[in-house]
Amino acid sequence: MDSFANRRHIIRFIIILIGLIFAIKLFILQVADSTYKLTASNNVLRYVTQFPARGLIYDRDGKMLVYNEAAYDLMVIPRQLSPFDTTEFCQILNISKEYIDETIKKAKNFSNYNSSIFLKQVSSKTYATLQEKLYKYPGFFVQSRTLRKYTNENAAHLLGYVGEVDEKLIENDKYYKQGDYIGISGIEQTYEEYIRGKKGVNVYLVDVHNRIKGSYAAGKLDRKAEVGSNIISTIDSDLQAYGEKLMKNKIGSIVAIEPSTGEILSLVSAPAYNPELLVGRTRTKNFITLNTDTLKPLFNRALMAQYPPGSTFKVINGLIGLQEKVLWANTNYSCEGAYFSGRFRMGCHIHKSPLDFVESIQISCNTYYCNVFRSILDNKKYPSIRESFDQWRDYVMSFGFGQYLNSDLSNELKGLVPTKQRYDRIYGEKGWKSLTLISMAIGQGELGTTPLQMANMTAAIANRGYFYTPHVVKEIEGEFELDERFYKKNYTKIDSNYFELAIQGMDLAVNGEPGSGSTARLAHIPNITVCGKTGTAQNPHGEDHSIFIAFAPKENPQIAIAVYIENGGFGGTWAAPTAKLMIEKYLNDSISVSWWEDYILNAKINYNAETSKHME
Amino acid sequence: MQRRVNIWSNIDWLTVTIYLVLVILGWINIYAAVFNEDNQSIFDLSQRYGKQIVWISTAFVIAFIIFVIDINFYPFFAYFVYGIVIFALVVVLIFGTKVHGATSWLEIGNFRIQPSEFAKIATALALARYLSSHNVQINTLKSYIRIAVIILLPASLILLQNDTGSALVYFAFILVLYREGISEGILLLGFFVIVLFILALVLAKLTIILLSIAIVFIIFWFLNRRFKIVSLGLGILILNISVIYGLNELFKIGFSFYLVILIAIGISGFIYIILAIRHKIKKVVILLLFFIGSILFTNSVDFVFDNFLEPHQQKRINVVLGLESDPYGVEYNVNQSKIAIGSGGIYGKGFLKGTQTKFDFVPEQSTDFIFCTIGEEWGFAGTLFVVFVFTFFLYRLVKIAERQRSSFSRMYGYGVISVLFFHITINIGMTIGLVPVIGIPLPFFSYGGSSLLAFTILLFILLRLDASRLELLK
Repeated sequence: MDSFANRRHIIRFIIILIGLIFAIKLFILQVADSTYKLTASNNVLRYVTQFPARGLIYDRDGKMLVYNEAAYDLMVIPRQLSPFDTTEFCQILNISKEYIDETIKKAKNFSNYNSSIFLKQVSSKTYATLQEKLYKYPGFFVQSRTLRKYTNENAAHLLGYVGEVDEKLIENDKYYKQGDYIGISGIEQTYEEYIRGKKGVNVYLVDVHNRIKGSYAAGKLDRKAEVGSNIISTIDSDLQAYGEKLMKNKIGSIVAIEPSTGEILSLVSAPAYNPELLVGRTRTKNFITLNTDTLKPLFNRALMAQYPPGSTFKVINGLIGLQEKVLWANTNYSCEGAYFSGRFRMGCHIHKSPLDFVESIQISCNTYYCNVFRSILDNKKYPSIRESFDQWRDYVMSFGFGQYLNSDLSNELKGLVPTKQRYDRIYGEKGWKSLTLISMAIGQGELGTTPLQMANMTAAIANRGYFYTPHVVKEIEGEFELDERFYKKNYTKIDSNYFELAIQGMDLAVNGEPGSGSTARLAHIPNITVCGKTGTAQNPHGEDHSIFIAFAPKENPQIAIAVYIENGGFGGTWAAPTAKLMIEKYLNDSISVSWWEDYILNAKINYNAETSKHME
Repeated sequence: MQRRVNIWSNIDWLTVTIYLVLVILGWINIYAAVFNEDNQSIFDLSQRYGKQIVWISTAFVIAFIIFVIDINFYPFFAYFVYGIVIFALVVVLIFGTKVHGATSWLEIGNFRIQPSEFAKIATALALARYLSSHNVQINTLKSYIRIAVIILLPASLILLQNDTGSALVYFAFILVLYREGISEGILLLGFFVIVLFILALVLAKLTIILLSIAIVFIIFWFLNRRFKIVSLGLGILILNISVIYGLNELFKIGFSFYLVILIAIGISGFIYIILAIRHKIKKVVILLLFFIGSILFTNSVDFVFDNFLEPHQQKRINVVLGLESDPYGVEYNVNQSKIAIGSGGIYGKGFLKGTQTKFDFVPEQSTDFIFCTIGEEWGFAGTLFVVFVFTFFLYRLVKIAERQRSSFSRMYGYGVISVLFFHITINIGMTIGLVPVIGIPLPFFSYGGSSLLAFTILLFILLRLDASRLELLK
């Protein structure tokens, strides 16, 4: 028999007792005691992103070019907002009531829980005032980050600038969040991955009064920001500064490369702009001004401007002729002031006649190269011009023309080396012959090359047959290697022994006896053998562009340079002395004949300063 | 003697309804605890609320299956099921997967189960089977040992899995034993041991010994109510203490006061025994033994505490006893949990509006600390309702257990009550800071397939037995 049945009462009693104890405790916790309510609204998590400082950028000698400066973003988390004194708030930040309403509305649309930027880049002074009063404004907090600062106003195109990421990028790359900065051009863009470092985060508990109470979960979720890697660029900042100075009041560009490494020593695009203009809150405004400027200062001419190579290209055609064995060192062509073929005539300047190959480069005879070019294309070795043209094109391409050089600068243009299909389309497959293409004999016509490609070609000549892909970064601090393409020799399709003849001609073009017809005597530097070639790019829109390529010294070249001065006329006039000054500056660090410097500095070539006043 | 009864019409639908209410409320709160703005589809199987829907559906199917099984299956196979579960627990110990430090999961393909959850059912069945056997007298040493083996075997295996919370559940079966007539003396002794254990941790040894002396004399007074004898005993003790204290001070022996009292008690005890025998005073010896036992016990508590409990378990106990403050460690969880519940106020912040549970302040929101979500989003109204439903539920189960005609069914019923009662009490108690943090789920509420299925099976076996209660004619 169940003799303990009455114990069920005690069990029931215990069950009800526990229920009652819970009810009472819950009443105390939830109704009677208000301390938990206070603690609760308080316990709000705040994720504060730790923005790493971007890596610094140095020049090749370790001089700092780009560094960082602290700035403060005022952030807002809409859900945590409570009514506040807008008047005082507006006063501190110097903003309008409308701005507050509008920005908060936008922030709410973005997310109620996540923070968005309320006001960008508050100055340190405002920040100091704000920090004291921030407790009055729950939902707001300050996030520190860094802005770019520049030690001088040069090399803007090359360094590039930093801007906010756009929506599309945020979607594609999970690393970036709204309001983050990213390198948009130049080194900042190419090496973004290294320079940016790694964002960290601190998770805080924040109380009702907007005060940080401490780390959440003892900092378990915190992650330290990792500072970005410093970049050592290949730029010689003195040379760069000098180049930009020389190019004042001119349009064009200068690219200088160290032939033995492919390192870009300077990359000038004129007109330039002060990189400081594209930093901080005024960035957008300045960007618009720069972008609408008629002289297009944002346009990086060194990489993006395509000009015909002009007479500098005679060197290439000559080398191809030698390689193809349609031309020899002692091949002579006479010139009667022009090249004639049937009814066709191409003018030349007055010079001695006949000329051999070396003299043809020294004097830059058009007639000579019309003959050379035709003998390349009409070579009996090939069944038709279509094959010989392909062959010619291959040689040209092997110097890096008509394709991306794949430097570490973005926005490079390919330039243009026409294909036979192009002529087929225009003239029909049988409709064109060597004479049709004759303007390319002297580097005009359909050819398009960028100053970077020209400097690269010069480096290839200086190296007697090969080049390193040009690049602007020498070293990434940390354990990062540059891409291996920058350590690889790219061989042209010309045997190295032929280069000596061409170089001989380039030597004489600069250093020939007075009266010998040398075209580039203005580039002569005492005690340094500069080898150069002038060029003039035909410009359908006005005065021809002045071109000069050179390298020096002749043996063991240390600098290869290409100078373009738009509307500068004959290459010898402006481009050659500019190149000479650059070379002298780089090799000797001083200028032997100072009036040459003044001559260039004072020159104002087709440059309407009126439209570009902010460039100073 | 048996008769056939339509079981469907005899199901206790009230309990089934409560079960459904609990499961649905549980799911709503899991949804709220895991909810985030980006992911709102309730059938998203990558989210816990999505998975829980699958578990709930499975539970319903299993509940149905249980109703189809013949009731004679349960008592008949009770030991067999128990054996299988013990085997599974051993297998887990060897091949188990570690989750949160406890090796309690068995992985079979993509499927993960926690045998310890099902061990409760088997133990309830086996215990009921044993106690309902014809020739079992509960208050014999033989029964005590067998009962202890049935209960403590799975408990120790689970303890070995490092799942202390689930192991403690087995102490709840004391309720079954109590109902079935285990001696009150044994229970009182157990109760006293627990009280003493806590006191030993909280109070200084000197306080305990003085307190014990007071208690013993009070009991002594109630036992014989003779002022002369009680005051004589007290006088002897005080005299002894004074003399030994005096000697200690005089000769600078350097005994601590605690030791002085111990020696005095020893000498007094000796005198007491002589006097007691000479004057035939009853129960002095028992009281003395009891006293000495508690002194020894309190002294061993620290040893047990320091050597047998893991540091985190020591911490949890210390925090509840108020001996330790650790706002970002152990206390952090309880603190955040109390903040979440407390911040709910009377009516709560509203569904999905909780901030404390949403931002991961509260650990294990969807499992062990699911009660926080109720507290925060539904306020005192919500928690009171849930506490009421649970209380009513348990009360109802007592009624069901009591109306069983077979003692097996009744005992199993109490087994169900024990397990559920323990889970509910410990789980809610821990979230509101009344008991140490012991990681066990809130029945039917907490996220988790194994626990939901196990509780469902546990409950529905009882409902199945109950539905057929009229089949048995006495």
